[in-house]
Amino acid sequence: MVLMKMKFPFEKRVKLAQCLWLLSWMATLAGAFTFTLGCFLKTELRRRAEVMDNTEIHAVPNTLMIVGLASLGINYFAGRMCQDALDAGRFPRWKTFMQPYWGVSLLFTLLMLTAVIMSYAMKGNLESSLKIGLKNGIRFYKDTDTPGRCFQKQTIDRLQMEFRCCGNTDFKDWFEVQWISNRYLDFSSKEVKDRVKSNVDGRYLFDGVPFSCCNPSSPRPCIQDRLTNNSAHYSYEHQTEELNIYIRGCREALVNYYMGLMNTIGAAVLSVFLVQSSVLVSLRYLQTAMEAVAGQENTEIETEGYLLEKGVKETIMEYVTPVLVFLQLNQVGSEDAEA
Amino acid sequence: MALMKVKFDLKKRVKLAQFLWLMYWFSVMAGVLVFSMGLFFKIELRKRSEMMDNNESHFVPNLLIGVGLLACGINAMGGKICYDSLDPSKFSRWKPMLKSFLVSCVAFNCLLVLTALLCFLMRIPLQFTLAEGLKNALKFYKDTDTPGHCYMKRTLDQMQMEFRCCGNNNFRDWFEIQWVSNRYLDFGAKEVKDRIGSNVDGKYLMDAVPFSCCNPSSPRPCIQYQVTNNTAHYSYDHHTEDLNIWKRGCRDALISYYGGMMNTIGALVLLVTILEVIVTIGLQYVNTSLSNLANPEDPESESEGWILEKTVKETFTDIMDKMKAMSKGNVVDEAGVDGVATVS
Repeated sequence: MVLMKMKFPFEKRVKLAQCLWLLSWMATLAGAFTFTLGCFLKTELRRRAEVMDNTEIHAVPNTLMIVGLASLGINYFAGRMCQDALDAGRFPRWKTFMQPYWGVSLLFTLLMLTAVIMSYAMKGNLESSLKIGLKNGIRFYKDTDTPGRCFQKQTIDRLQMEFRCCGNTDFKDWFEVQWISNRYLDFSSKEVKDRVKSNVDGRYLFDGVPFSCCNPSSPRPCIQDRLTNNSAHYSYEHQTEELNIYIRGCREALVNYYMGLMNTIGAAVLSVFLVQSSVLVSLRYLQTAMEAVAGQENTEIETEGYLLEKGVKETIMEYVTPVLVFLQLNQVGSEDAEA
Repeated sequence: MALMKVKFDLKKRVKLAQFLWLMYWFSVMAGVLVFSMGLFFKIELRKRSEMMDNNESHFVPNLLIGVGLLACGINAMGGKICYDSLDPSKFSRWKPMLKSFLVSCVAFNCLLVLTALLCFLMRIPLQFTLAEGLKNALKFYKDTDTPGHCYMKRTLDQMQMEFRCCGNNNFRDWFEIQWVSNRYLDFGAKEVKDRIGSNVDGKYLMDAVPFSCCNPSSPRPCIQYQVTNNTAHYSYDHHTEDLNIWKRGCRDALISYYGGMMNTIGALVLLVTILEVIVTIGLQYVNTSLSNLANPEDPESESEGWILEKTVKETFTDIMDKMKAMSKGNVVDEAGVDGVATVS
């Protein structure tokens, strides 16, 4: 039972070949576009690599770049094939090339679809990576004299100012961490000694945030320290004050930014996938229609084109059975060896 | 004695016309570039117009926009003339106005040179505008409840963070004005009353700067308050501390930003001028070579082309004589009319 048979008179074949040629050029440009999108996303992820714990999210841009490059090759050959399709004498030389070509192109087209799904599905992965990365960033904020961590303060300050956020989940994360280095604390003063004694680890904790949490849109000069103490500042109530410092946490801000980027890229790559699939379907019809012409004296006869010679199930069984036979032979062989 | 005479046969004429047509298309794109640069510069000035007291002169960007549009028009016409020059019948349509077109091209080139010069010189008035504008902007920092000034604080904070600068000349400008609004000052506290009593105008002055002056590259948390008081902070010496807050003043920062932009634009306009001069000279050659065919009936004959018919000195004296003759003609006419009037 042939899958999706269609009749192709000579003019229709010619039209199909011309259409396919144009479509394959569009698909080549789309492939280059996909590669560029992958490069852009990778650059953006690398810029904030210091606040990410792992690089698993880089699978998305890497896949996009591979798929973009592969589709350049796939569409180039599709264009060459349809140029030769109009000449019945030159088309048969592609015969041996077709089988591996279909395998490779189906693989990479499926990979494109996988990349689109990944760009939506990897939100959880990104969020947990950012959670750990930001926690470490805030912990090491004060270590500006430790090699390997001396730029942590600058990174976190610039991040908070650019993304308009404060802390990991929210600004209260700064209350749980000592973010002032011991080098700048006067250990002979009573206030410092009290604070250091008030907790088990001997850390200098207080209800203050760094200057990078300050919101420029606030009508009053920024209140950074004694945030939860209403009587410390004139006409100040911390429960209702919303404009003083950034309320949002940096994890939420970064996840929103990257998910927005990846959703847009996912939608664009989905349309590229549709273009690529239509190229492959048209090429299959052209190939089967031209194969029926081969060997005939009159090359302008009407032929039939189809997607699959047998039904879907039978075609799958055809490819899977040799693999199963190979596995069973292996099993039988190992049983014999044991016996 | 013609200036830079060159012999032309048909092949050479055709090659010149084709080359010139291509160069005219590049010039059209260069005109578009000048237009877009003028637009970009105008937008950048508008963005910071609050810092310039809404008083900045938009003459240079407007001139760039006008010159860009004019360049597109002139070069498109020049390209059309070159295209038609290969066909003698079409070229004869253009012949009468070609001389005046070339004169206008020369005038346009002078305008381009003037524009480039103005781009380089605009730095000076900008300096004065910015000094005045920033001084006033700092004064209105605290007026977040006054209509018309309520966004000054946000604009100034964002500008100081973006350009990495503090104050007008330097951070001490903040010590001389009251930048904390009276709404947030507790007039019952002794400290506030002392500070207000300490100066003639009754302003709350302190040696502190807003948070936007803080430098993120500093190894220690930002010291904004009591900046000049070494004893107020542990292990702090304000004379040697230069990473705490930004040292540079915003006037210097903005001037180097705009100055860099204007220098780039001026250099680009000079390059466009050179291109325009080349195409004008090329068009003059096309004009003269097609006007001086050895055999006027045969379009394939040889001809000569030049830039000026006589030498530079002679052409200059010719023009001066013409202008004198024109002005004398006017005087004689007026005298004649007066004479007739008195006689009658």
